[in-house]
Amino acid sequence: MWERLYIASGNRLPIIMTTVNRALSAPINIHCDHSDAMGARDAGWIQLYSENAQEAYDNLIQAVRIAEHRDVRLPVMVCMDGFIISHSIERMEMLDDMPVRNFIGPFKANYPLLDINNPVTYGPIDLQDYYIEHKRQQAEAMKLAGPVILEIGKEFGETFGRSYGFFEGYMLDDAELVIVGLGSSTGTVRSVVDELRAKGIAAGLLKLRTFRPFPAHEIAAAIGGAKAVAVLDRSDSFGAYGGPLFSEVRSALFGKNDAPPVVDYIYGLGGRDFGIADVHGIFDDLQDIVQNGAPEDEVQYITVRE
Amino acid sequence: MEKQFTEVRWHGRGGQGAVTAAKVLAETALSSGKYVQAFPEYGPERMGAPLRAYNRLSDTPISIHCQVTNPDVVVVVDPTMIGTVDVTDGTGNNTLFVINTNENAGQVKEKLGLDKQKLYTVNATKIALETIKRPIPNTPLLGALAKVSGLINIDDLLADLEKNFSKKFTEQIVTANLNAVKRAYEEVAGE
Repeated sequence: MWERLYIASGNRLPIIMTTVNRALSAPINIHCDHSDAMGARDAGWIQLYSENAQEAYDNLIQAVRIAEHRDVRLPVMVCMDGFIISHSIERMEMLDDMPVRNFIGPFKANYPLLDINNPVTYGPIDLQDYYIEHKRQQAEAMKLAGPVILEIGKEFGETFGRSYGFFEGYMLDDAELVIVGLGSSTGTVRSVVDELRAKGIAAGLLKLRTFRPFPAHEIAAAIGGAKAVAVLDRSDSFGAYGGPLFSEVRSALFGKNDAPPVVDYIYGLGGRDFGIADVHGIFDDLQDIVQNGAPEDEVQYITVRE
Repeated sequence: MEKQFTEVRWHGRGGQGAVTAAKVLAETALSSGKYVQAFPEYGPERMGAPLRAYNRLSDTPISIHCQVTNPDVVVVVDPTMIGTVDVTDGTGNNTLFVINTNENAGQVKEKLGLDKQKLYTVNATKIALETIKRPIPNTPLLGALAKVSGLINIDDLLADLEKNFSKKFTEQIVTANLNAVKRAYEEVAGE
């Protein structure tokens, strides 16, 4: 289905897709990892990741506004973890229909197909003459999506009490040991950050919400002062140097003065459990990196039998 | 750091309603204002296959999303799980056990090699057969759990079951389930 994703974004269609993240076959597996959405990361869709049911719900409402914004006009994937969130029950707050309707507002088509007084062509062939200009516009729209995501996240907060940005920092301001991740496992990381803080260890979490467009400068500013950073990737990019999130985070920090060492942990593929002890193991590694420097092997596989 | 929530692990077989029981427990606790999680361990779904389901219940928001490895409460929905899967895995001296069996608490404790732990038994299958007329021991076990765990209140449970089951089942089936819950609440016994 990959090219269809590119067709949706190339046609600038403000489609919203709830992506319940699951592993890809083979072997056959129906459980959570991020291989599906990460495989589509170059398809020109905005990607918002959710930690829990509440965030999936809130992101979905905001996604409509983001996708339909006249500066953007791009499809949005709202990602939530398969089974861990999609097939479990947890408490969340639903909003009343009318305030949500008012927040989203009416859809306004820019170039309606049925406007017979102003006929337009949809999905035409576009070869050497204009294709690259259209792709350049798409790149610009993705760039412009950044401020729109922030503006709508803020307005959502003012209206409904829960604000959203590109990411959420937890105990990040003075953190020396930082984990960067996305999806449901970040909640587990947060509980370990609390444990470590209670012991006086300066641990912190950066939970990424917006993977596309990737907020490279903002992430570099938020974690550039850390002493060691671990990235959690719930998908692999076979043959690449680390998982997709690692590549982006490390690239965001590259060339910055005193940038901290960044290591990658590929975990939880096919729904393999990622527990509190696993998070402790990563923070232990980070403490070791602060004392002894980064290991030669910067990319590791965890929660796996080897 | 002290645990902020109670973790429950259900052991049953496909078709006995363990997943539904975890769901009802969560919904009942939710209606009394608690933060909840209910999640089954999904595998290939087959009637009779061993499965586990889990709950977390808390007065404060629950942020973790991982398996329950050290349950505070273990509910055994099918007596044949004892001796076939390790229902004591990850449990400690304070773990509370609620077992569906025709044996008494002392006998089950001996089989499981338990000592200080609190263990209660109830013949939930018999109650189910006599009330619901089908061997689905999940609702009676919830009644037993309400009595011995303090996690949920019996009146909240009955109200929640009536509300939810009325959407799916006939009045006769709903009443039978409520009676099953009440009987198990009375009949559950410790040592």
